[in-house]
Amino acid sequence: MSKTTSVELGGIGQAVKRKEDSRFIQGKGRYVEDFYLPGMVYGAFVRSPFAHARVKQIDTSAAMKVPGVLAVITAKELHGVKLAWMPTLAGDTQAVLADEKVLFQSQEVAFVVAESQYQAADGVAAVEVDYEELPVVIDPFKALEPNAPILRTDKKDQKSNRIFHWEVGDKKATEDAFRKAGVVISQKTHYQRCHPAPMETCGCVVDHNPATGHTDIYMTSQAPHAHRTVFALVAGHAGLVEHKTRVIAPDIGGGFGNKVPVYPGYVLAAVASVILGRPCKWIESRSENIQSTGFARDYHTTTELAATKEGRLLGLRVKTVADHGAFNAHANPSKWPAGLFSICTGSYDIPAADVQVDAVYTNKAPGGVAYRCSFRVTEASYIIERAMDSLARELKMDPTELRRKNFVRADQFPYATCLGWEYDSGDYHKAMQVALDAIGYDALRKEQAEKRKKGELMGIGISSFTEIVGAGPRSKFDILGLSMNDGVEIRVHPTGTVLARTGVKSQGQGHETTFAQIIAEELGIPESNITLEEGDTDTAPYGLGTYASRSTPVAGAATALAARRIREKAKKIAAYLLEASEQDIEWKDYQFQVKGVPGKAKTMAEVAFAAYTNPPPGMETGLETSYYYDPPNLTYPFGTYVCVLDIDSKTGEFKIRRFVAVDDCGTIINPMVVDGQIHGGLTEGFAIATMQEIRFDEQGNCLNGSFMDYLLPTAVETPRWELGKTVTPSPHHPIGAKGVGESPNVGSPAAFVNAFVDALSHLGVKNIDMPVTPWKIWRILREKGVA
Amino acid sequence: MSSHKVTVTINGQKRSAEVEARMLLVHFIRDYLRLTGTHVGCDTTSCGACTVLLEGQAVKSCTLFAVQAEGKTLQTVEGLAQGTALHPLQEGFKEHHGLQCGFCTPGMLMSAAGLLSRNPRPSEEEIRWGIAGNLCRCTGYQNIVKAVQFASDKMAKGG
Ligand code: FES
Ligand code: FES
Repeated sequence: MSKTTSVELGGIGQAVKRKEDSRFIQGKGRYVEDFYLPGMVYGAFVRSPFAHARVKQIDTSAAMKVPGVLAVITAKELHGVKLAWMPTLAGDTQAVLADEKVLFQSQEVAFVVAESQYQAADGVAAVEVDYEELPVVIDPFKALEPNAPILRTDKKDQKSNRIFHWEVGDKKATEDAFRKAGVVISQKTHYQRCHPAPMETCGCVVDHNPATGHTDIYMTSQAPHAHRTVFALVAGHAGLVEHKTRVIAPDIGGGFGNKVPVYPGYVLAAVASVILGRPCKWIESRSENIQSTGFARDYHTTTELAATKEGRLLGLRVKTVADHGAFNAHANPSKWPAGLFSICTGSYDIPAADVQVDAVYTNKAPGGVAYRCSFRVTEASYIIERAMDSLARELKMDPTELRRKNFVRADQFPYATCLGWEYDSGDYHKAMQVALDAIGYDALRKEQAEKRKKGELMGIGISSFTEIVGAGPRSKFDILGLSMNDGVEIRVHPTGTVLARTGVKSQGQGHETTFAQIIAEELGIPESNITLEEGDTDTAPYGLGTYASRSTPVAGAATALAARRIREKAKKIAAYLLEASEQDIEWKDYQFQVKGVPGKAKTMAEVAFAAYTNPPPGMETGLETSYYYDPPNLTYPFGTYVCVLDIDSKTGEFKIRRFVAVDDCGTIINPMVVDGQIHGGLTEGFAIATMQEIRFDEQGNCLNGSFMDYLLPTAVETPRWELGKTVTPSPHHPIGAKGVGESPNVGSPAAFVNAFVDALSHLGVKNIDMPVTPWKIWRILREKGVA
Repeated sequence: MSSHKVTVTINGQKRSAEVEARMLLVHFIRDYLRLTGTHVGCDTTSCGACTVLLEGQAVKSCTLFAVQAEGKTLQTVEGLAQGTALHPLQEGFKEHHGLQCGFCTPGMLMSAAGLLSRNPRPSEEEIRWGIAGNLCRCTGYQNIVKAVQFASDKMAKGG
């Protein structure tokens, strides 16, 4: 009998072409906006032009006369159904519609429902709102001053604009470290406010059936189960009970964290559907998306490093003021108010650290989503990688040399950080060496020295990041009390094909292909015979969804373990069919064989057929199972990125000459998909480093509220990425995989900024805050008398 | 609001509907003709998710009124494949992993189709400029460029 191979099966490690592509390339995907239900109405928002104002009166009479307008909902109506406020993922409260006052520009003030989207827009234009302006607080530092106006007057106990103060580490040990240090650096950075802006905006179609009490919610959700539970908790009294509510996340056009929170639009479409007894569609415009849903970052941080004169790290001190906007709606596990920010010791063996975060209310849109990031890891990685470069400069040491000296060594894993994490596996020295060799580091440094003599500007930036993903063990990680575990169900049909369902939800990551590959590998069934479904709460097992790079570490593990459960039962059936004892059966070459008798074997398909036609006496019919995975630890992907860029000394324009990214995400399920994820993440990192920023003026007007001025890179600006890899499997993950989607976005911004600063360091430049634009560089060059 | 009967030939089929003068072409295509492969990704003519071919030229259908297409020929992503035979661009996107979430893909395909009809053998630089009106948030464009090169090669060989 010829041997089956992983290549034939499309198993783990194979660059299998994606199953999902066929529908997308033919225009046959089904995204939320593609659902047209009979009798469907459309909802649209009246939004506030002011950042802080009292809502004195809302006059809806003219709007109600607009042809096609069916209803105008305001906070008053929502109070009637006890839905004026909703809890946020962070346990704060958020106004579904402005209740007495507005707290940010573009806040939702009223919801107009009409027969068509054009008529809904007409209705929005006809609603008259009388505002009384209030003093606006935009600067988070000023928000903390004692005389600052208190924004959240709805919260009786709120005596200041501080949301929380959080600290971790050992203050005393850190102070000692700084006292003993031969060298100390201190660096202020701002990781600017930006927005994930997936190409598909947020939206939903809610279909409440008054006769049955069932509600179908088609929504742009990265976490359909969690969202259904939230709906049941918030609006159960209004009819959205969990057993009669079905959240369906169909094809999702990118998420990047934007589609994790619950937004007012979802709630209002549900209310409208209940009130009118008709399906209601709400799709936000791009401008609404950027201005009101799910911003990310906005961390103002002072980072201090203490080291010996030889460059051995002794301590790290980090103080952050985090601007959370009007409602604390950031997406973090409950016990982690600043997320996993305490991963900020990075790839380095630092004996002591003291980390503090103060979160603040301001008159800006709420959010704080984990934008292609595992809960504040990008912010953490950015500050430590920037600070390492500053320290190297202070020590007059090559930044690679300083990193080498302080990396956690391969023989130190599993490694416990001073802030309480246990890194599972890694080889940081190796990853950096691979990257330096690929880019030709030493030659580049020589070239740079030559160029400097001629007055030409060239920069080389390194970032050696460590990620923390796969939240997580339920003892530590929950969202609103829900354990961050995921379920998987596998059914093997009599003919040996498979249907599997998971509690996570792809938004482009390719789960239909990669999870099928895991099953193919474990069961010896070709991936083409495996269908994977996600996103429908009526059919899929429970799970907390896809964000924070948690799908492969959690649901991927559940998939492998569910498949192994299938194999256990299948082995018993195989033994029965082969008339051998179970101990004599081995799983070899993707089939069950009688040990030492190569010809005596049964394939999984043969066993599956027997499971339904001829199972051993006393055994239950069928071959299916489920598995809920509670990870024992998180996983820690890592890598080194190197950026080389050239700057025009007269104009400040720059060109990314090369960018080498060496990633280690443990076992690779599909190298094509992994490379694609890295390309995309690097491009978003590039966008953050050089373009994306949401700014406000003193009055709280959003200055980058559309794609006209919130800039995304096109194919023209985007650098060519050069990828490399090392593979260090996770010891605790069933297939050794770690997750990858976010690493490039976590690791790359610091590589870019380090390169920019490196290019200008001989002029005395120590920091440039992102986004680094030609204009910013030109101003620096002007100041230094170069341009 | 005045209303008008608009008749177009879309993907080889004659279709018509009565629409308001202000109806955008993209909404006509999606909401009236129910060809939902064409997407809306922005409100400022920036993203290209809505790109279709109008008289063979790539245009952003969010920035035209339906009435402007009266009597004209349109092609959308649904009309790219010939029966079950995929267009070389579609093959290229699958072969080279030129898509992830797929939301930008129909617009990318139509922009690329417009490009290849003007310039069948574009250089990498020309491809990048050719799709510069289309934003993709997932792929970083590198594999999209390869996909277009694949199609260009295949079409040159008579595929
Ligand atoms: S929808 Fe963005 S350009 Fe047309
Ligand atoms: S594939 Fe997602 S936006 Fe291009």
